[in-house]
Amino acid sequence: MKRTAKVISMALAATMVFSTSAMAAETFIIGGIGPTTGAAASYGTSVKQGAEIAIAEINGAGGVTVGDTTYELALEWADDEASEDKAPQAYNTVMDAGANAIMGCVTSGACIAITSQTYQDGILQITPSGSAEGCIENDNAFRICFSDPEQGVAMADYMVETMGISKIAVIYNVADEYSSGIQEAFEAEVAAKGGEIVASEAFQTNDVDFNAQLTSIKNTDAEAIYVPAYYQDATYITKQAGELGMSLPFYGSDGWDGVLGTVTDASTVEGVIFTSPFCASVEDEKVVAFVSAYEEAYGATPDQFAADAYDCVYTFKAAMEQAGSIESEDMIAAMPEISVSGQTGDPITFDAAGAAVKDVKFVTIKDGAYTFVE
Amino acid sequence: MKKYGKQILYMVIAVGAYAAVMLLVNMGLLSRQMTSLIIPVCMNIILAVSLCLVVGFLGELSLGHAAFMSIGAYSGALVLKSGLPVVVSLPLAVLVGGCCAAVLGFVVGIPVLRLKGDYLAIVTLAFGEIIKSVFNAATPITGGAGGMKKIPAVTTYKNFTFVYILMLLVILLVSYLVNSRHGRAICAIRDNYIAAETIGIKVSRFKTMAFVISAFMAGMGGVIYAGNIGILKPVNFDYNTSIEILVMVVLGGMGNITGSIIAALLLTVLPEMLRGLSNYRMLVYAVVLIAMMLFNNSPMKRILVEKKNMRQAAKIQ
Amino acid sequence: MALITSILEQLLNGLRIGSVYALIALGYTMVYGIAKMINFAHGDIIMVGAYALYVYVSLLKLPPVLAVILTIITCSVIGITIEKVAYKPLRKAQPLAVLITAIGVSYLLQNLSLLIFKATPIPFGSIIKVPSVKLAGLNISGLTIVTLVVTVAVMVGLTLFINRTRMGHAMLAVSEDKGAAELMGINVNRTISVTFAIGSALAAVAGILYISQYETLLPTLGALPGIKAFVAAVLGGIGSIPGAMFGGIILGIIESMSKAYISTQLSDAIVFSVLVVVLLVKPSGILGKLKAEKV
Repeated sequence: MKRTAKVISMALAATMVFSTSAMAAETFIIGGIGPTTGAAASYGTSVKQGAEIAIAEINGAGGVTVGDTTYELALEWADDEASEDKAPQAYNTVMDAGANAIMGCVTSGACIAITSQTYQDGILQITPSGSAEGCIENDNAFRICFSDPEQGVAMADYMVETMGISKIAVIYNVADEYSSGIQEAFEAEVAAKGGEIVASEAFQTNDVDFNAQLTSIKNTDAEAIYVPAYYQDATYITKQAGELGMSLPFYGSDGWDGVLGTVTDASTVEGVIFTSPFCASVEDEKVVAFVSAYEEAYGATPDQFAADAYDCVYTFKAAMEQAGSIESEDMIAAMPEISVSGQTGDPITFDAAGAAVKDVKFVTIKDGAYTFVE
Repeated sequence: MKKYGKQILYMVIAVGAYAAVMLLVNMGLLSRQMTSLIIPVCMNIILAVSLCLVVGFLGELSLGHAAFMSIGAYSGALVLKSGLPVVVSLPLAVLVGGCCAAVLGFVVGIPVLRLKGDYLAIVTLAFGEIIKSVFNAATPITGGAGGMKKIPAVTTYKNFTFVYILMLLVILLVSYLVNSRHGRAICAIRDNYIAAETIGIKVSRFKTMAFVISAFMAGMGGVIYAGNIGILKPVNFDYNTSIEILVMVVLGGMGNITGSIIAALLLTVLPEMLRGLSNYRMLVYAVVLIAMMLFNNSPMKRILVEKKNMRQAAKIQ
Repeated sequence: MALITSILEQLLNGLRIGSVYALIALGYTMVYGIAKMINFAHGDIIMVGAYALYVYVSLLKLPPVLAVILTIITCSVIGITIEKVAYKPLRKAQPLAVLITAIGVSYLLQNLSLLIFKATPIPFGSIIKVPSVKLAGLNISGLTIVTLVVTVAVMVGLTLFINRTRMGHAMLAVSEDKGAAELMGINVNRTISVTFAIGSALAAVAGILYISQYETLLPTLGALPGIKAFVAAVLGGIGSIPGAMFGGIILGIIESMSKAYISTQLSDAIVFSVLVVVLLVKPSGILGKLKAEKV
């Protein structure tokens, strides 16, 4: 038991070091939580980097002025490995470091695992990318990205009504809440609009071989395939569909953003259409500035996770300014009144439930580049 | 007197640890990060000690411990969600979780325990994966991939006393068991099952018994997990989780309950302490793992142990 | 007719994934058969092989053939190093200690590559370009044929190596009884090192074919095929070379068929159930030899 005492005293010492350094300047600490190790590390890394760009931008422009005080923003990041087990500890770690608000978690499950604690602590929590319903059920929690059903419904309407497709096949990740959440809403909406789901094929996280599912779809009379999943899955699926000689058009969810970075041959994803709030190749002043800053800093093109995180930081800024305070209680009260001009929506506002209100946009890949669908 | 000396010492440690944690928490001396680790530490001790019974004493490698934990967690969570007052629902959940896991342990154990060694390990791993898939598919009951949500957070550090008592009971049960007649029979099976059989020990009965008791305790650990995290997802009970528990048992020196407890404590706290190293954390964890295994089996350790034995021998003389 | 075509197509899918499992399982079985240890890090050597190929081809711009040879050498060297540093000191320890160390090595390799290459998946186009073949209305991808050919060649080569060469006989002797082999003048340590070198070289080949098939580099890419191949090796009878081949193909076909006709959700459960049933009926695997118990 000596060890426990030692460990505890070490922890105490560590926290003291942290808290004193946080007190020194007028700093507003954003506690970021997301995976930077493990299988989902790329999402967390994108969020972290997107937020860092926004913070550097804001601090470079003189910080955030609240009343008479000017605050510099700082990011205190804790890795949760996208795991429900690790998220509470990660949350408490950033709280020990003096976080004033929480940006996270990046993944839905981890996010839900900390909502009851953040609610008890009454701290402002904005998840950049936790799309499940449960992430924002408490009053202190808000979301930047689309909710799962929102996207599924939007795409169902688009495919059935705008594109006039009636027979649709779906491939979704049954072990992933994001994917199965969209799939459920999508299938219900397609049925409601008079379309037909001719095949609903499931796969599991980390699957790389989709030939069995694709072969099953090939033997139906589907006119299009909807794949609500992440870009990595999409890469495997489109490539293997091509190898099987299938030429059905693909539709996807916002997880597809980034797919051009993972395919070896851009022609496999030519013409796909997916819902996305963000498109890195748009000729928009704000987008160009963000993309070039990001590319310069990290040597990679920002994806929607990075863009959501960027907007998340600006939402904190707007909430601080609107509330005229950095107390979570005031900022939470100010959230419904703010309007953020961000990367993923302009303007972004927040409804009573805490979800961001922004248009669902459709992105397509044309000549190997993302563009918005006209 | 000598016989009771050790027991008194253990009792003092148990009460002292409890008092220390309560004191630190109530005086607010513990950082939030450490506070949030209290229950995971207790839970991991329960899991490690229960697995220690199968791996350390029975000598069979089980790679499916997380499966027992998961069935306990899910069934216990259903009880927790029933809306009964916590005083009733928590002990009931722990009991139900434990029993469900024990039943599964029995059902799995009968075929599995016919096998030995590596094969037994593979089949337990396979059962773990099967149960995970079933939980994933049984969406109406388990919530499927999205997980079972809104489980009342009843086993947070505020209910430390209950969890701590449960943990002590588990430790007591296992240490009592291994020092009893049954325990000696179990160890005899580990050391040489053919010899054990020839002297009339009913090998399969004792094997099943150890397996079922271990599963029961793992199920209780699962309930603690459910009440602490509030969301249950099948992916969190994959073979990696089983391996993490196994690592605790092995690092603790197989068949050493105290060792398992210390290893569970360290392996829960260590990754959190190494958080500052961020990306290097898992790497350090891997290196520590390899280094400790090598050290445990190195000539250096043997020399140290011999020296210690010599000193003790000198004292007795 | 449509149903028959669809069943044939699904069989082909099974063959495609199964041949990769078989190749990996050969490495598992080889190491287990001789060193009597489950090398959990085997799947991660595949990952190392895939990344090594990427470094040689895309970063150093070496010609593919040279890159493949260098990849195989790299993996063999890493395999021998791991064996010398992590496994050799544990030769007399309990099997469980070795297993845990292997898990540690697996964590280590994954996290090293995570640090070096970052978590973002790296696309890496196939270096093997073989046109697909049309046979009776079925489209067989060129890579599937290449993988199958390589796997069969490796299987035959390994069998010949073990039965016809001095080193192979030494391996058989070490696998039977280390102590007796040593008394007969066999250098046990060297034999086990060679085993690991060959096992890792096989992993490198598997890595090359795997990455050519799926074209995406991830630090965790070896974990899942590693586990599946491990199951395949046990299914076929671990330690048996034709068993590994057979187990891999069977596993691939079961997986494919259950995904297509039963349930994608339960396909893993079905795969593992088959393993459980096989082991209960024939504990040493389908083609494994049962050893008599000694007191």
